[in-house]
Amino acid sequence: MDFPTFLIQLLNSVQYGLLLFMLAAGLTLIFGIMGVVNLAHGSFYMLGAYLAYSLSAQLGSLTLALLVGTLLSVGFGLALEWLLFRHFYKRDHLDQVLLTFGLIYIFEELRSMIWGDDVHGVAIPALLGESIPLTANLSYPVYRLFMSAVCVALALGLYLLISKTRLGMKIRAGAFNRDMAEALGINIKLIHAIVFAIGVGLAVVAGMIAAPVSSVYPNMGSQVLIMCFVVVVIGGIGSVRGALISALLVGLVDTFGKVLLPSVSGMLVYMLMAAVLLWKPEGLFKQ
Amino acid sequence: MNSTPTTRRLVLTRSAAVIGAASTGLLLPELAQAQSGKLRVGLMLPYTGTFAQLGVAIENGVRLAINEQGGKLGGREIEYFKVDDESEPAKGIENANKLVQRDKVDVLIGTVHSGVQMGIHKVARDSGVLSLIPNAGVHMATRAQCAPNVFRTSFSNSQPTRALGAAMVAKGHKRAVWITWKYAAGDEAFEGFKEGYLAAGGTIIKELGLPFPNVEFQALLTEIAALKPDAVACFFAGGASAKFMIDYAAAGLKDKIPLYGSGFLTEGMLDAAGPAAEGVMTTLHYGDSIETPRNKAFRLAYAKTFKMQPDVYAVQGYDTGLLLVHGANAVKGDLNNKAVLYKAMETVTIDSPRGKWTMSKSHNPIQDIYLRVVQNKENKVIGVAAKALADSGAGCKMG
Amino acid sequence: MSTPRANLEVFPRSVRLMLWLGLAALAAFPFVGGDFYVQMVTRMMILAIFAMSLDLLQGVSGLVSLGHAAYFGLAGYALAFLMPQNEATSIWLTLPLSVLASGLAALVIGFFVVRTHGIYFIMVTMAFAQMVFFLFFDNKALGGSDGLYINFKPTVSLGGWTLMDLDDKKTLYFFTLATLLLVYGFLRRLLWSPFGRALAGIRINEHRMRALGFGTFGYKLTAFSLAGALAGLAGYLWGVQTGYINPELMGFHMSAHAIMMVILGGMGNFAGAIVGAFGFEVVLHLFKDLPQVGSVQLGKHWQLWMGSFIVLVVIFAPRGLLGLAGRLGRHKGAVDE
Repeated sequence: MDFPTFLIQLLNSVQYGLLLFMLAAGLTLIFGIMGVVNLAHGSFYMLGAYLAYSLSAQLGSLTLALLVGTLLSVGFGLALEWLLFRHFYKRDHLDQVLLTFGLIYIFEELRSMIWGDDVHGVAIPALLGESIPLTANLSYPVYRLFMSAVCVALALGLYLLISKTRLGMKIRAGAFNRDMAEALGINIKLIHAIVFAIGVGLAVVAGMIAAPVSSVYPNMGSQVLIMCFVVVVIGGIGSVRGALISALLVGLVDTFGKVLLPSVSGMLVYMLMAAVLLWKPEGLFKQ
Repeated sequence: MNSTPTTRRLVLTRSAAVIGAASTGLLLPELAQAQSGKLRVGLMLPYTGTFAQLGVAIENGVRLAINEQGGKLGGREIEYFKVDDESEPAKGIENANKLVQRDKVDVLIGTVHSGVQMGIHKVARDSGVLSLIPNAGVHMATRAQCAPNVFRTSFSNSQPTRALGAAMVAKGHKRAVWITWKYAAGDEAFEGFKEGYLAAGGTIIKELGLPFPNVEFQALLTEIAALKPDAVACFFAGGASAKFMIDYAAAGLKDKIPLYGSGFLTEGMLDAAGPAAEGVMTTLHYGDSIETPRNKAFRLAYAKTFKMQPDVYAVQGYDTGLLLVHGANAVKGDLNNKAVLYKAMETVTIDSPRGKWTMSKSHNPIQDIYLRVVQNKENKVIGVAAKALADSGAGCKMG
Repeated sequence: MSTPRANLEVFPRSVRLMLWLGLAALAAFPFVGGDFYVQMVTRMMILAIFAMSLDLLQGVSGLVSLGHAAYFGLAGYALAFLMPQNEATSIWLTLPLSVLASGLAALVIGFFVVRTHGIYFIMVTMAFAQMVFFLFFDNKALGGSDGLYINFKPTVSLGGWTLMDLDDKKTLYFFTLATLLLVYGFLRRLLWSPFGRALAGIRINEHRMRALGFGTFGYKLTAFSLAGALAGLAGYLWGVQTGYINPELMGFHMSAHAIMMVILGGMGNFAGAIVGAFGFEVVLHLFKDLPQVGSVQLGKHWQLWMGSFIVLVVIFAPRGLLGLAGRLGRHKGAVDE
């Protein structure tokens, strides 16, 4: 592999890793703060993609669709939390696994009933439709750079939110010791609702911005779900910083694995996870 | 832990479960076996999930063909039985048995997914029921595991790509990279491509494979750019096809390295892929724009009946219906007259919208493969890439 | 953040009576049911064995494995590799080897996995099962994505005498039933053995057990391996019955279905696993075979009904059918929350 190609593959790794991070961040937040295992996280990603498809068709532009979609998803997240998830924080992980598995079925069928089973495309906004030539043969799509930029912005936003704001302080307090935080007057119920909504929102937005490059089709959620879990486990449950490092790591392994070790590339990420867990049984960054 | 009301409830719930399981067994066999004189047609197709579109198209095609031919099979009325195979290979045998053993169908039409087909094929071979394959291209069904009661009306996985090589070399693209998923269908498609391309004088620089169903193509697109081939040939199906074409174009490869593929790359994907698909050349045993009266009549009838445009899957379903009608008529509806039935089906010439085709000795279509190019969101047929192409049938012990 | 469960482990007299009645129904069934249903119930019994093996892990030891199907499928593959294309081999050879293969795989994977706890354990088991899945899916030599056929049923003969012909559906049914009973009996004894009591203790409070001097890692690993071996037994029978092994049998969906079966019936006593396996399959078939009402094909939307059913079970009957009865009874001495 020559150096320019190596650099481009590095770029590919980072871009994939950042998208994974966006999904994993939501999952790890919900795990870490509320202790809820959510297998339906992939369904939120799929919801985002389908929303991008419908809304951009209705509203005429992807940007508008992103705004409206984000609002809708936050609302959806709040509703779901209030209806179902908040009753499961104290329940066994097993019950949560079961609940969210049932939800996967329901979401899949609702998706089929509302949007049908066809494959759809979402147009990239003209502004972002260009590609930057990198070598004689290869160009890099500006849209993917945009995607990475959004992920970085969200990552920064999340970091600032959690470590520099009062809300973040309350979130951290609630995660550390729920009862004590409640005793100190923090409205834990509201905090949890907000965190859940953020988690769902991140997944939906990830789906929305990925839609133009991934197309929109049935079962697209289950494919990312497992990768998401692996990222969270490697990074350490509840650690957003861990999710970022781990996502980038997974991006690297997946990208270079495909090129250098194609015969085992399907298993490589799992082998990485096994290796990390041998070394650190609770992931890279314990919460 | 031993209070009486609790145990009473336990008794109730436990017995309900056991009796429920037992009684379903007691009641339903009676219902299923009631003789009605109707010919039972079993459809095992994906009605949910990724391939649901295809399942619907195939069934539509089957029904259209049968209705056009009078709505009866050998003079007998038809009763349809449907099972959703969910594209789940683990449940293939169970679902096939629902139709064959429970509903006692006379003919089993199915399915799309090759893994599920493996299960159906086992049931077909064990039970001897007439089995018509309207899509799944898995080689073994008409090769090593061929059977007198199994007929395929679609294609074998290597047929469409077998014709690709010559077309590419004709356009001067003699050094190619092949890319697909690493799974059985991808391997079999590659087999056809390799045979055809090498025979035409091409060289395969590299064979790239992604784990199934991974759709992160960027790494391999970068690799392709670094390899600088004359062209790229591929096999992808489903949602991933659109993504691949979009990614390929976005990486700037589209105008520099022509993209070819098995026709499934562009079937049903053109709306989703948009301008990224323009100019992509594919080979397939059908093309929407085939300019024959037969195809035009079919497309009109299909659109009128189902309010949507037909695709290759609808055609395959349609031909399955035609084949079944032909066979049933030959035995006047008595599908137990197997010798005559099989002979009729083996010697048939199907007047299909894709063109006339016949059965090979291993019960796979011998058919023309068309060369198509995407123009204005349409697969335009620009020629015949291979005439009367047959699958090798290697390892088949029939005929 | 999870509360330890106290399971229903001792059956009241009437439940024991019900179990005997259930056994009688199962024994009589092949004589009244048609071929299709005999096969269907055989399959349910195989799944019940699979569910019981998971119950040992999940219900008794409190280890939620999202990757248990890997061991189920592995034994099926072992059978496929051991059975030549052209003739049958003996059950005396294939059964122990297949079960051993699954048990060994569980031992190896367990060594990595059992050192993790809680949510980690759940996700790590899933990821390892995925690894095994891809190992078979990606490699043509191992059968690849299309899987492998098992062309014959294994022979059961001793010194030239054929003891039973597994090709006969009724024989296979009773063979499976016998296996089910053996496994059930074995697991019930295990539950009340010192080993089983230690596992229950680990489920309820692992720290306390460690403080008491138990080497909890060893106990958990043994349970994991044993559960894997028993899942392999079920997988072997599946291969014998269907004659077709596919990587999907080791997949995520299969594992998730097993979890649901165990929960549906009620965990920790193995009878619940059997009830859950049967109940789950019956409900699934019910939803898929729903008739057409007006213009709506109800059966087509089975995923919606199934998903809702699962959600309702979790909300209202988290202890499964047996637990539901306990809660409805609402008397002291019933299942603790």
